Amino acid sequence: MRGVEKEVLLAEGLSKSYGDRMIIQNISISLKEGELVSLLGVSGAGKTTLFNLLSGLEHPDQGRVRLNDQDITGAPGQISYMLQKDLLLPHKKVADNVALSLVLQGQGRREARDTAISYFESFGLAGTQDKYPAQLSGGMRQRAALLRAFLGSKGVVLLDEPFSALDALTKREIHRWYMGMMEQLNLATLFITHDIDEAILLSDRVCILAGQPGQIAAELEILPRRPRELAFTLSEEFVAYKRQILSLLEKGQTM
Amino acid sequence: MKKSQSIISKLPAAAALVLLVLVWLLVSEGGLVPEFLLPSPVQVVQALAHDAPILLKNAQVTLIEAFWGLGAGVISALLLSTLMHRTRPIYRAFYPLLVITQTIPTIAIAPLLVLWMGFGMAPKVTLVALTTFFPVTVSLLEGYASTDRAAADLLRSMGASRWQVFRHLEFPCALSYFFSGLRVSASYAVVGAVISEWLGGFEGLGVYMTRVKKAYAFDKMFAVILVIVAVSLGLMALVSCLRRLACPWEAYEKIERND
Repeated sequence: MRGVEKEVLLAEGLSKSYGDRMIIQNISISLKEGELVSLLGVSGAGKTTLFNLLSGLEHPDQGRVRLNDQDITGAPGQISYMLQKDLLLPHKKVADNVALSLVLQGQGRREARDTAISYFESFGLAGTQDKYPAQLSGGMRQRAALLRAFLGSKGVVLLDEPFSALDALTKREIHRWYMGMMEQLNLATLFITHDIDEAILLSDRVCILAGQPGQIAAELEILPRRPRELAFTLSEEFVAYKRQILSLLEKGQTM
Repeated sequence: MKKSQSIISKLPAAAALVLLVLVWLLVSEGGLVPEFLLPSPVQVVQALAHDAPILLKNAQVTLIEAFWGLGAGVISALLLSTLMHRTRPIYRAFYPLLVITQTIPTIAIAPLLVLWMGFGMAPKVTLVALTTFFPVTVSLLEGYASTDRAAADLLRSMGASRWQVFRHLEFPCALSYFFSGLRVSASYAVVGAVISEWLGGFEGLGVYMTRVKKAYAFDKMFAVILVIVAVSLGLMALVSCLRRLACPWEAYEKIERND
């Protein structure tokens, strides 16, 4: 399937404390080209802090973040993320929202808009460029936010429970679509979720984040490889993975 | 559809206004209240028509004062609130002072301003600026503070500088608040100018007002009040127009901020 895979994102030995409280300790995580890795975490295990370190919003006390062999520790503007809340700016038209990261990096507005609009078709946003976010449906807003995250990053996006507010049907649809997009754009994704089923269905690997301070308690490779049919969620392997993850999370809670 | 709905929603207000005028008509024309205490609406309209040229000329003067005062007030509000927002120590130093200045009655400063600046335009413009400055400053500060922190973080993660966060997020988000404040200020502006004219001046609706008061011409008094109301409403409508132009996205947002 995939040949020799290059690591696009490599975080090594990340630790961060606030005052006396250590939030995360010695976390290493890697993402290969086109890979989707899920981060399943006990709440309070420092997922948000890890995100802030990876996106460069905060500087780790220890450890490095490398993107395409380039050290980006504590440097924002390299990896973009997307949250459950789409955070589209209400006062900007959809095309300007999506093009924002390019504008912030110094591109002219018109040029940035054109780049953004060239992806609208494949993101299912055709014809919405001059609308305001308030005029879009929830699913469309989510896709626009995804496109913004994609344009703001170099081959890697961080998604923090991006689909948890969507209803089951829309969610299933957007899952399938997102997998296709990743393939097409050769995009690697680090995916934070609470939904174990979602994590198993979509991921190449699942990392369990647990403990206080938070650490990677376990890492599972999910087989067979993607793409997977929805029927996979009813298979014996799936249930076995789920059982394993549940017991790991339970152990993590008491760590 | 939308238009007809908005007409329907305005019906109760129009009905209440008509009712009020009818009661006024009944009370004054029916002789319940003597004419020298309360002129009838008919007399007021006659006075309005008779003095129209003078009223118009005076209204022009007042409007110019209100306009410059409002402009100066808004510009200083923009500068100060932005400075206060960007620099915490300045915020802490000036906010209490700002509130205190609002407790000083306008009517008390007006004669001082006349004393310092004479009888010309300057004291009037200054007074209007002082009264209109506060609502805009406070609403801008509130607007800046209401910025979504998560959105600011997202912009920073995209490599935005502090100035870019301000330009792309904080300022546009504060615009709606700004216009709510400006609407209040616009309604203060004309009244502020009139008050400053009471205490010294040669022209303007306030000067006209003191003259007709001394002549016990209450029909003219009511006429000038109507003019002031009309000018104030016009100014507020202008602000609403500007708001629609500056914030076109608001038309699509379901939850309207009440202002």
